[in-house]
Amino acid sequence: MVSASELQEMYADMATARHYEERLEEEYLEGKQPAFDISAGPIPGELHLAAGHEASGAGVCQHLRDDDTVTAPHRPHHVAIAKGVDLKRMTAEIFGRETGLGRGKGGHMHLFDPDVNFACSGIIAEGCPPAVGAGLAAKKRNTDSVAVAFLGEGAIDQGAFLESLNLAAVHDLPVVFVVEDNDWAISMPKSRVTDVEDGSKRADGFDLPGVRVESDDAVAVYEAAGDAIGRARDQNGPTLLEVQVHRRMGHFMGDAEGYRPETDRTAATERDSIERMEAHLRAHGVDDDRIDDLRSAAHDRVEEAITWAKDQPEPAPEAAYDDVFTNPPSGVTDSEPAVDSGGAD
Amino acid sequence: MADSQREQTMSRAMVDAIAHEMRGNEEVFYMGEDVADYGGIFDSTEGLREEFGYDRIMDVPISETAYLGAAVGAAQAGMRPIAELMFVDFFGVAMDQIYNQMAKNTYMSGRSVSVPMVLTAAVGGTYNDAAQHSQTLYGTFAHLPGMKVVVPSTAYDARGLMHNAIRDDDPVVYLFHKRLMGIGWLPAPDGPKTPVPEDDYTIPFGSADVKREGDDVTIVTLGLHVHRALAAAESLAADGIDAEVVDLRSLVPLDAETVVESVEKTGRLVVVDEDYRSFGVTGEIVARVADDALASLDAVERVAVPDVPIPYARPLESEVIPSTDDITAAVERTQG
Repeated sequence: MVSASELQEMYADMATARHYEERLEEEYLEGKQPAFDISAGPIPGELHLAAGHEASGAGVCQHLRDDDTVTAPHRPHHVAIAKGVDLKRMTAEIFGRETGLGRGKGGHMHLFDPDVNFACSGIIAEGCPPAVGAGLAAKKRNTDSVAVAFLGEGAIDQGAFLESLNLAAVHDLPVVFVVEDNDWAISMPKSRVTDVEDGSKRADGFDLPGVRVESDDAVAVYEAAGDAIGRARDQNGPTLLEVQVHRRMGHFMGDAEGYRPETDRTAATERDSIERMEAHLRAHGVDDDRIDDLRSAAHDRVEEAITWAKDQPEPAPEAAYDDVFTNPPSGVTDSEPAVDSGGAD
Repeated sequence: MADSQREQTMSRAMVDAIAHEMRGNEEVFYMGEDVADYGGIFDSTEGLREEFGYDRIMDVPISETAYLGAAVGAAQAGMRPIAELMFVDFFGVAMDQIYNQMAKNTYMSGRSVSVPMVLTAAVGGTYNDAAQHSQTLYGTFAHLPGMKVVVPSTAYDARGLMHNAIRDDDPVVYLFHKRLMGIGWLPAPDGPKTPVPEDDYTIPFGSADVKREGDDVTIVTLGLHVHRALAAAESLAADGIDAEVVDLRSLVPLDAETVVESVEKTGRLVVVDEDYRSFGVTGEIVARVADDALASLDAVERVAVPDVPIPYARPLESEVIPSTDDITAAVERTQG
């Protein structure tokens, strides 16, 4: 059963994630209105925001430790926040700054924080195999670490996901696959791309447990994820968990969503996982003043990270040539043994 | 300009070619992610679903191996599918279907099987989409035998090359640069928007186009960098250097003859590529010229992406993607 203190931790993560996305939207759109030019404004490139997904990140990651691995997809911020990724350096990376997690090389779809074993990838479902690998390493080393792969419902038709389910299952690896179902793969509704409405049924074909959480209630997610992660930690194998979340914004910033019925967008904004979490807090005896304090602290944390990030220097152009290899090519020949050519000239 | 021509964006010219072929041949259809209601993330299918419906403009699951492979199978059954990879960078997800099936089946079957399909893909950077969404991979596709590889740089070329691609009996990889499409949120440079005839026409593969004539240096390039090369040529002209700009338009087949003829005239070669420097288009063009016209070659320069993944931050991406100034500087180095 979830405790009041855990509820408050999850709420702090959710409030941070929601405010973070709303603030990044503002920053991203600066200079992009009225004419939207992707090259204008303080944040480079594409931006995929996760407002409406908070319950999944918070409810799952509440059970995780720093030594547990998480892989996330192109919509990663809420998961990164819940996993404890360094918010300032993550924000600096998103703003393309030298002190960012990837020194400005990666950007918002390619965030790596090895201190908390977090990584994300911009290629659909391609975080699943590395999560299986992290689970494999934990099993081989006989630790009780687990790995969690987050992906969207559009990714569950991808080979990398289905192959990963099978590989994790046959080796009983400590991996949890978390499918965030926001109903939309960019412009494609689920009904157009699969006949199986409940994505957790994909698990049946691989003989592993499949669980679907029908709402973005963080407590329901917390409970389902607790079972799945506990099972993995106890070396009882993988689980597929699908969570119904909502896409409150476009697929990417600048997406006019012309394909999306207005009623669907309205419904997504009306089901607010943050408000639902506040109701849980009140039911657990946390009063409104405390909730306000938590929210206010979350907002301050976001503002501090954004202010810090924007104050960081951009990388020098010549830094583009660094970091391709861990051992730069000239460094690996040192250990090459001399070969006796047998006396021939 | 004749009355029957009007200016179009590159995306509109591509879409018109596809629509024309679909009206004339029931067996032409289009598969891809977000190609129906969205009209293609880069406007590659804008308006086609409205005319042809969901059965012929098919949104597909995010399952590139399955749908690109399905295009191979449908093509082998005699249909003329067009399948779109949203970003060329996603090729890795389905490389077996592309390379071990689509590209090889004609050869392995001793030409008893044909694969008349078009694989379209958006390519290129310049908008900070980082390492997994910014590559061109021109050299990768051209390196692997069995695929024709075309790269339009203008609306006129895009239309004629697309007609040819759909009618061709071989697999054609049609790589369109995002920055050239004329999308509102990704403004194109001057140049890709050109007059386009109303009626259909084909541009044969392997016919490079001299986009600017000049006597002092030959700049060979493709895609977005045709326009950067033309801009460089204009600034060089002010300094008295008259550059010829050759747009390859297709890599497979490659029109080496036009390149060689130009170098025989100018004696100086600059190859410009938005792909990686090593083992790619620049090295290949230099080698072809060395094969056929080594004696004519007084100076050679290569301008390409240094061998690093495309970085995210603006100063880093600008450093690695060849700019107009990089081209100008390379040309100047050949004028010693």
